[in-house]
Amino acid sequence: MEKVREFLGQFISDTNIDADLNLFESGLVTSLFAMQLLLYVEEEFGIQVTNEDLDVKNFQSLNAVTDFVMNKIAAAA
Amino acid sequence: MQIELTDKERASKEEFRAFADENVAPYAGEFDRSEQVPDELIRNLGEKGYLGALVPENFGGRGIDPLRWGLLCEEIGRCSASLVSLLTVHSMVIQVITRWGNEEQKAQWLPKLASGESIAAFGLSEPEIGSDAGHCETTARSDGEHYLLSGEKRWISFGQVADLFLIFGSIDGQSTAFLVESDSDGFERSPISGLLGFRAAMLASLHLDDCRIPAANLVGRPGFGFSHVGGTALDHGRFCIAWGALGLIEACISASLDYAETREQFGSPLKDHQLVKAMIADMLVQSRAARLMCYNAASLKERGSPSLIMETSIAKYFSSRAAVQVALDAVQVHGANGCTDDYPVARYLRDAKVFEIIEGSNQIQQIIIARYGHRNAK
Repeated sequence: MEKVREFLGQFISDTNIDADLNLFESGLVTSLFAMQLLLYVEEEFGIQVTNEDLDVKNFQSLNAVTDFVMNKIAAAA
Repeated sequence: MQIELTDKERASKEEFRAFADENVAPYAGEFDRSEQVPDELIRNLGEKGYLGALVPENFGGRGIDPLRWGLLCEEIGRCSASLVSLLTVHSMVIQVITRWGNEEQKAQWLPKLASGESIAAFGLSEPEIGSDAGHCETTARSDGEHYLLSGEKRWISFGQVADLFLIFGSIDGQSTAFLVESDSDGFERSPISGLLGFRAAMLASLHLDDCRIPAANLVGRPGFGFSHVGGTALDHGRFCIAWGALGLIEACISASLDYAETREQFGSPLKDHQLVKAMIADMLVQSRAARLMCYNAASLKERGSPSLIMETSIAKYFSSRAAVQVALDAVQVHGANGCTDDYPVARYLRDAKVFEIIEGSNQIQQIIIARYGHRNAK
């Protein structure tokens, strides 16, 4: 989670955000962030985000992204 | 750090250049005047594998890397900006289907797009929606095994001839992307003419009146249309525009060098006049800077780096802005001759201006870049 939080820190001034805060509804990030986050998790964790993964629940918060990444890594193992 | 082309990349560039010199450069002025690109040339691009250059090999494409794709855009852009827009919109849809399409969509469309049997175009802009593209007014509603789309799309490059469109609309307020075939019920189009530049890009308005498409033509998921599907396409589009503008810069330099060699005033060639030298020098420096930014974007695209999005935005902004500056100087070097149809530089200037507007206006790029600068300063 710390790696993801560190990445988010590039976009959000308050890095102590609630891990369950909905990033997109909060207005803290822009539409460009969505693709940057996607490329980040792919590069950093070596996973491939596919159309089946396009679910708001996977990307809406720090906890959601962390869970999504952990599940993808576990599924690939 | 490797910033020189490899032998393989250089060979590709030479191949692309030879094709463009033979098939595009001699006719680009006529394309501009007639406001169209001949079907034969589009077929030729397909047969050469250029339309499908980014389609994975297992779907019938060439599967080339981003740098060589950029070189193709540069070489075509050196001859015709309008034709760059074909490569751009067609490959934007290819990138989307490759990235977000399901297996059925890939199998159905990628081979046809690779061969040029199908031509694709990108349908985001609307009469009232330009830069604020996340708020399209086009809507879609479910009707059994179909969606019914209603709305109007505008400024659709190659919309006059494309047979597959990536259309953005909303389902219950959620941004969503759809593949729409031109023979769908409720689909109509009308040509747009008399443009400042990109006159041969065969722009059209699309009219969707309860346009009926199979439910299977939804790309990605509802709610991810603009952010992810559109994001993928637009990032790639900016990449193509950066490289295409670089090609236009090179064309301006080439034309200006030729003219300055042969045109004499005050008893000596223009190239010997110091103020002409100043303009030539500025052109060359702009081209070098634009090229390095394009190479950088290509390298990041190859790696799938998250930095790609910002660096591509920077490359698009710089390259298109430089294209306008260089084209202005190219016309200036040519004097009154540069204001006529007898030389290509007037077309270059008109086309360069369009590069500053499409795939995200340069003001949008400036906002994005400035925001990025503040973030990185933290």
